[in-house]
Amino acid sequence: MRVKEKIKAFLAKHVNVNEIEDTDNIFEKGLVNSLFAMQLVMFIEKEFEVEIGNEDLDLVNFRTINSIENLIVRKKG
Amino acid sequence: MVKLTEMQKELQYEFKEFVNDNVSPLAKKNDLNEVLDESLIKKIIEKGYLGSMIPRKYDGREFDSISIGILNEEMGRGCSSTRSLLTVHGMVAIAINKWGSREQKEYWLPKLAKGELIGAFALTEPTAGSDANSMKTIATEVGNSYILNGEKKWITMGQIADVFIVFAKLNDKATAFLLPRNTPGLTVKSMGDLLGVKASMLAQLNLENCIIPKENLVGKEGIGLSHVGLFSLDYGRYTIACGCVGLAQACLDESLKYCKERIQFKVPLGNQQLIQKMITEMTVNIQAARLLCYNAGNLREASDPDSIMETWSAKYFASKMVNDVSSNAVQIFGAKGLSKEFSIERYFRDARVNEIIEGSSQIHESLIAKNMLMCAK
Repeated sequence: MRVKEKIKAFLAKHVNVNEIEDTDNIFEKGLVNSLFAMQLVMFIEKEFEVEIGNEDLDLVNFRTINSIENLIVRKKG
Repeated sequence: MVKLTEMQKELQYEFKEFVNDNVSPLAKKNDLNEVLDESLIKKIIEKGYLGSMIPRKYDGREFDSISIGILNEEMGRGCSSTRSLLTVHGMVAIAINKWGSREQKEYWLPKLAKGELIGAFALTEPTAGSDANSMKTIATEVGNSYILNGEKKWITMGQIADVFIVFAKLNDKATAFLLPRNTPGLTVKSMGDLLGVKASMLAQLNLENCIIPKENLVGKEGIGLSHVGLFSLDYGRYTIACGCVGLAQACLDESLKYCKERIQFKVPLGNQQLIQKMITEMTVNIQAARLLCYNAGNLREASDPDSIMETWSAKYFASKMVNDVSSNAVQIFGAKGLSKEFSIERYFRDARVNEIIEGSSQIHESLIAKNMLMCAK
């Protein structure tokens, strides 16, 4: 499964992904709860075997499906 | 039943022995004096339990999640106040280990692991409990420093902590900072006379122009609650859930002994069916809580994102369970359940706080339901 598909599969456990475009701000749409940020970090680290550090903790990296994909691709080199 | 590994079984045996020999005998004294016995803290440090959650490369014992759960269960069985030391100290260590800079990890973690420093978690304020984001403590950037002003309250182990992880609004965004006890402007005032966990050594902190170096910010501006705080609270929630299982087990163990010894109507109390009903409910609910904790522990060990909600579920169930079980234990003991001559009344008092801390039961009910509704197709 490609990176974006895996991200969408994870998101599908929390929201209706059919309602989200790849460029939609997941947090601003109010679709996720306060724990989601933590769940997302754990998902990215486990699924893609990368470590999310302080340098990555910019909301810009997590707010859309595209930005999450870009972060992962960058981290994987 | 979850199958423990040989290593986990060995650790379980070690923890049980340690608690039986060192913790349980001091629990009553801790409660009466409202202070954790110093020699007990030293022994906990010597065993490396304050470093149970810290990686070996920072001098910790780096237990796996199940073993950490068992450690907290056994500590909870011996003395809830003592278990609370492991919880809050661990929360500080977890925050630094996950979000700290390399320099912060290298400086703070070995000291925390070896018990050279005790850590405490300072989030709650007089007007900010469940609504943590409404905190009023502020941080102002000035040159190479931050200046902290505000108030924190109900800080477990605040009376003995050497370093606090403090949450403050920096540019109106919740941010985490490390605040050493000896920072000028920090006043620590003991809080006592609680209903239960009387030796959890709570304190109120007043921060008046506390200047800390920029290096003491943990993580980044604005992620204090969403990442630093929540990761720490997640650990706190897990250890509290396990501690509840231990406390409930202590209630059951003593109740069983009493049911065999106490004779009424010429037979042991345990022969009475209505007592048997209580024993059954206690037994099964303790085991159910334990399995929820093990489930959460296994998922945590696998770094599975599902561990977060499973930890919420474990804490919710275990905290309600221990209040029911301790209440049943008082009922079984009758008048003796109300007397300080026996441990049961302390167990009953110690149980109560667990539905309040690390997320009240009502917050759990709201969050777990909303999560389920969000995930439902």
